Amino acid sequence: MLIAKFPDIDFAPHPLMTRAEKSHEQLCARVPPERLLEVMRFLRTDDRCNFEQLCDLTCIDYLNFPKARDRYGVIYSLLSITKGHRLWVKCFANDPSPQVPSVVSIWKGANWLEREVWDMFGVRFTGHPDLRRILTWEAFEAHPLRKDYPLRGRGEREDFERITRESA
Amino acid sequence: MTTSPLTAEYGGATYAPVEPGGDVWVLNLGPQHPATHTTLRHVLELRGERVLSCTVHIGYLHSGFEKLGEHLNYNQYVVVTDRMNYVSPMANNIAWHHACETLFGLELTPRCKVIRTIIAELARIQDHLLCVGCAGLDLGGFTAFMYPFNARETINDLFEEICGARFTTSYTRVGGLMQDITPQWPAKVKRFCTEVMPPAIGDLEKLLTRNRIFVERTKGIGYLSHDDAINWGWTGPLARASGVRRDLRKDEPYLCYADNWDGKGSSAVQFKVPISDGGDCYARYLIRLAEMRESVKIILQLADNIPDGPVDVLPESKQTLPNKGEVYFSIEGLIHHFEQIMTNRGHQPPIGEAYGANETANGELGFYLASDGGNTPYRVRCRPPSFINYQCFPELVVGHQISDVVAVLSGMNIIAAELDR
Repeated sequence: MLIAKFPDIDFAPHPLMTRAEKSHEQLCARVPPERLLEVMRFLRTDDRCNFEQLCDLTCIDYLNFPKARDRYGVIYSLLSITKGHRLWVKCFANDPSPQVPSVVSIWKGANWLEREVWDMFGVRFTGHPDLRRILTWEAFEAHPLRKDYPLRGRGEREDFERITRESA
Repeated sequence: MTTSPLTAEYGGATYAPVEPGGDVWVLNLGPQHPATHTTLRHVLELRGERVLSCTVHIGYLHSGFEKLGEHLNYNQYVVVTDRMNYVSPMANNIAWHHACETLFGLELTPRCKVIRTIIAELARIQDHLLCVGCAGLDLGGFTAFMYPFNARETINDLFEEICGARFTTSYTRVGGLMQDITPQWPAKVKRFCTEVMPPAIGDLEKLLTRNRIFVERTKGIGYLSHDDAINWGWTGPLARASGVRRDLRKDEPYLCYADNWDGKGSSAVQFKVPISDGGDCYARYLIRLAEMRESVKIILQLADNIPDGPVDVLPESKQTLPNKGEVYFSIEGLIHHFEQIMTNRGHQPPIGEAYGANETANGELGFYLASDGGNTPYRVRCRPPSFINYQCFPELVVGHQISDVVAVLSGMNIIAAELDR
C-alpha cells in the first residue's frame, strides 16, 4: 500500500525478525529522512492505515551491528487503535550531524520522546518546538546511549562541582 | 503545551513566562515534595491560585537503565526491571521476559502461563491499590491511604512466599520462572481474592466514591478528550478513562488472555474491560476500582486449576537454567548449566529486533530489543507508560487551581523511577 502511494521510495519492507508463523511477524519499513513527514502524514490520515497513535519513538546506534550501513536508526512504532495493527518505521541518520525531521506536528506525544532521543543519542529533530535535554542536565555534553560512550561515563560525576558547607 | 522559548529562570530551572511582571507568581513544586511522591519538578506560574503555565523538569532519577541493559544478559536484566515501576515489580518482570521470549520465539509451558497470569493480575491490583490510596491521601484522606495498604501487605506476603522478596521480586526467567510455587500458594491466593479483596474494595468505595470532598476535588479536574488521549500516546487505565477502547490483553492477547493457551483448546480467561468517557480524575479512579474487580475474577478462574507439569521450558532448548537438582546430580544438567553461565556462552538469540508489550497497571509496558546474536542485548528500549502518559501534564493542569495539580498528579500514578529510568 505504501509502495503504491510512493513508488519512488525504496521502503525495503521486512519483518523485524523472521518467524515461522506469518501472523506473528512485526512489519518494518524504511523511509528516507527527506520524505519522512509526507509518509507519516499519509500513514496517520489514510483510511487504510489510520495510525492514530505514536506508540513509541526510539533510536538504535548501529555502530558495530552486523551488516549495518547507517549509524543511527530512529524507530517509530506506530499503532492503529481502530484497525488494531502496528507498523515500525525506520529512518536512518549519520554522523557528523545526524538529523531527522520532527513529527510533533503529527503526533503531539512525540515531543518528549524526541527530546529523549536527542538527549541520549544526539540525533537532532528539525522543526521540534522545544528541543532541550530531558533526562540529563543542560550542561552535559555527551550522548550516553551512543555505543562509543563508556558504561561508567567519562568522569562527569567526579568532575561535578562539589558544594561544601564552607563554599556555599 | 507551551511552545514559547524558556527564557526565564527560577532556582536553576527554566520556564516560559506567560506575561512578565504584574501579579504573576512563580512557584516551584518539587523535586522533593511529598505530593510528587518521587522526584519530579514543576515550575508553576500562578495568578492568585490559578495555574497559568506549568513547565515540567524530569530526570532527577535517571539511572541509565537502558545503557545497563546492553551490558547485562537476558536473565540478569530482570533485576533492573524491578526498579522501574517498583509499585508493581512483578508486572515489569513479566513484561521484560515476554519481550525476551518474543525475541527468542519461545513458547511457555501451560503451568508457567497460568502462574504468570495470576501474578500479573496480583501486580495490577497492587499498583491500583497504591494509586487509589494515594489519590485519597493527597486530597487529605489519610484513612483511604491506610485501608488499601492492608490488602497490599497481603500481596507482598504472597510474593514473598514464591520468590523470597516482597519488593524486588525478580521472579521470572527466560522461558520460565525462578522456581515453582509452593503447594499451598494457590489456596492462599484464593483466600486473598475471596476474603481480603472484596472488603478492601468495599471499604475504598465507601470512603471515596460518594465522598463529597473527594468527588468535588476530582470531578472535571484534569480532563483529556478521547482524541487527545490517543494523540498524546496515552495507554492503560488513563486512556480507558478517556474512552479509548484498547487493552492489550484483549487486542494482542498473550499468556492466558489468549485462546488455546495450553495447546489443548482452553479458552481465554473471561473478563470485561471497563471504559469510561469521563476523562477526568474521578473517571480514572473509577476505572481503577473496576479493573481491580476484574482482576480478582481472572485470578479466581485460574487459581483452582493450575495445570501440572514443568514451569520452565525444557533445558534442551538451551534457553533456560536447569534446576539445581539436575545440576548437582546429573551430568546433562551440569552441562546445560555451564552452557548458560559461562561468559563465552549463554543465550544465543537470533540476530534481529523484536518488540514485546504487556498491559500493566499504568498502561502498555513494552520492550524493544535489538540483538546482534550475543549473550547480551545490543539495545534495550523500554517503552515506559509513565513517561508517555506524563508529557501532557501541563495541558491537564493549566487553568485549574494549585491544589488540583496534586489531584491530577496522584490520579495519573506517575512513578519517577520508570519515568526517568
